[in-house]
Amino acid sequence: MSAPSSPSEAYAEFVKGIWKENPVFVGVLGMCPMLAVTNSAVNALAMASATLFVLLGSSVLVSALRTVIPKQVRITTYIIIIATFVTVADMTLAAAVPAVHKELGAFISLIVVNCLILGRQEAFASKNTLWMAFVDALGMGLGFGFALFCLGASREVLGMGSIFGVSLFGPNYEPWVIMILPPGGFIMLGLIMVVFNWAKFRKGAA
Amino acid sequence: MTASAQPTLPQTKEPSSARLALTLAVAGLVSGLILVMAYEITQPRIEAHRREALKRAVFEVVPGATKLAKLELQDGTLVTAAEKSEGPSVYAAWSDEAFLGWAVSGEGAGFQDTIRLLWGLTPDGSKVQGMQVIDSRETPGLGDRIYKDADFVAEFKALANDPKPEVVANGQGTAPHHVDGITGATISCKAVVNIINAGNETWRSKLPATPAIQAPSGGQP
Amino acid sequence: MSQLAWIFISAVLVNNFTLAYFLGLCPFFGVSSRLETAFRLGLANIFVLIITSICAWLLNSFVLPYAPYLRLISFIVVIASTVQFVEMVIRKMSPNLFRALGIFLPLITTNCAILGLALFQTSRGYGFWQGLVFALGAGIGLTLALALMAGLREEAELSDVPAVVRGTALNLLIAGLLSMAFQGFAGLFGGAA
Repeated sequence: MSAPSSPSEAYAEFVKGIWKENPVFVGVLGMCPMLAVTNSAVNALAMASATLFVLLGSSVLVSALRTVIPKQVRITTYIIIIATFVTVADMTLAAAVPAVHKELGAFISLIVVNCLILGRQEAFASKNTLWMAFVDALGMGLGFGFALFCLGASREVLGMGSIFGVSLFGPNYEPWVIMILPPGGFIMLGLIMVVFNWAKFRKGAA
Repeated sequence: MTASAQPTLPQTKEPSSARLALTLAVAGLVSGLILVMAYEITQPRIEAHRREALKRAVFEVVPGATKLAKLELQDGTLVTAAEKSEGPSVYAAWSDEAFLGWAVSGEGAGFQDTIRLLWGLTPDGSKVQGMQVIDSRETPGLGDRIYKDADFVAEFKALANDPKPEVVANGQGTAPHHVDGITGATISCKAVVNIINAGNETWRSKLPATPAIQAPSGGQP
Repeated sequence: MSQLAWIFISAVLVNNFTLAYFLGLCPFFGVSSRLETAFRLGLANIFVLIITSICAWLLNSFVLPYAPYLRLISFIVVIASTVQFVEMVIRKMSPNLFRALGIFLPLITTNCAILGLALFQTSRGYGFWQGLVFALGAGIGLTLALALMAGLREEAELSDVPAVVRGTALNLLIAGLLSMAFQGFAGLFGGAA
């Protein structure tokens, strides 16, 4: 941790969060908010942005303070930091986009118990430099956002025949309503994971 | 190769309890400060949004209204509600010339989850003059037509309250207190009417034909 | 009175905390294929939920009106303390139970169901009794979902499914079917005059 990390090292940290160690598809972390708010692409993106904000903010702060926080109280301190960022994100969303905030409801606040964020602080940010922590958080956050978007977009396309509110198939499309209901969340994520697993197996076998 | 560049803390000694407590206290304090600041910045916008949404809803269910005031019951009489009061309340709505009626809110069990409504009553309480669904989680495509189906919502623009409104099969409504239901969403429709009936029962006897207070000049609750 | 009944039935069946609101998924997927453990975990959750509901009500009524921005932090602190407290009590009163629950107890702290309960209770403006009934219903609903899932997973482990589906993907699909089954409870109560 003495020499500044090379750009390729940083890039590797960044990219790992998007695919190889994607927090949702591989780590199966942060599921609660995922399934609840991905009934449309817009909601998914809003949630992903809020989570990215919290992840970046907390990782940077935890990394900056990593020599100062005694390890006995580190988890509590991390939680205080994360909760602060989440509350700020919640208030910002309520002030800026009240309609989206109403849709997401309590799930924004539930970002604070998203094991992804606490996990990154404990596993990475508390042991790495500021820049690396930032890059890791960015990668993980974007990977999370990618997963949320896949889920939200597919559920919205199948369940409402639209994407971002824009109708895709015209008025005669019979929406597959179950997809925007709770069961659809489970099933869609399950199916996406099957595809993900299949891709992994093929790569492994090749 | 892994020589640390920063000054090494004496890691052999356990930090004292005072140090631990201090860390938490400082963290809590800084966090509190940040939150207060963020709160002060965002609250005015949030309040403004809330007021806007309320005005839009009340003016929707009491057509023609331009001013409103929030009232609550105190010892049986209606008085202007305090700024942050949480008790049961109604809204009185005026146009520039006259008192146009009351906006009452209520909630109850729908098909999937609780439905929250706002509806407008004529000054004498004899008719419903508008209805708006504030919150619902009904089935998309079926139950959610209680607010997406313009015909259903229009049923509440002139609905008699005596005898009590009831839902009838679509197209079968004959009397002024009949509400044409939505085929395939009977339970959601019945829930809406039940909520209105229950709210009317609670409030109609307490709402005078003319409120004791004057119309506000600004028009904000 | 019927409002309390609706809150309870809604939390247990119609809008099951896990299968409809997606709360409490970590133990749901991570924990167990053993029915017994599922029940024990469910019981611990119910206990923590009830205490949290009461504390949240106290905070909302007396403290938070002066500092609403502290809501989230205070809820988390309360939940973490409650779980510590429950852990201590269980360790004293029943060392066997403590051993059986093991790692699960601290995990309850990050269980979104607990925080979710406090937040839902707040946003719906529930009073003391409503909150209590809500907590009880949510806990029972959670236990129900956990138990059902545990039983189904025992079967799933022994069945012949393709390798791409095995693991979390299969659990998710099973949960989806379970959730679909619970959708059938919609309409229970609703619309009744």
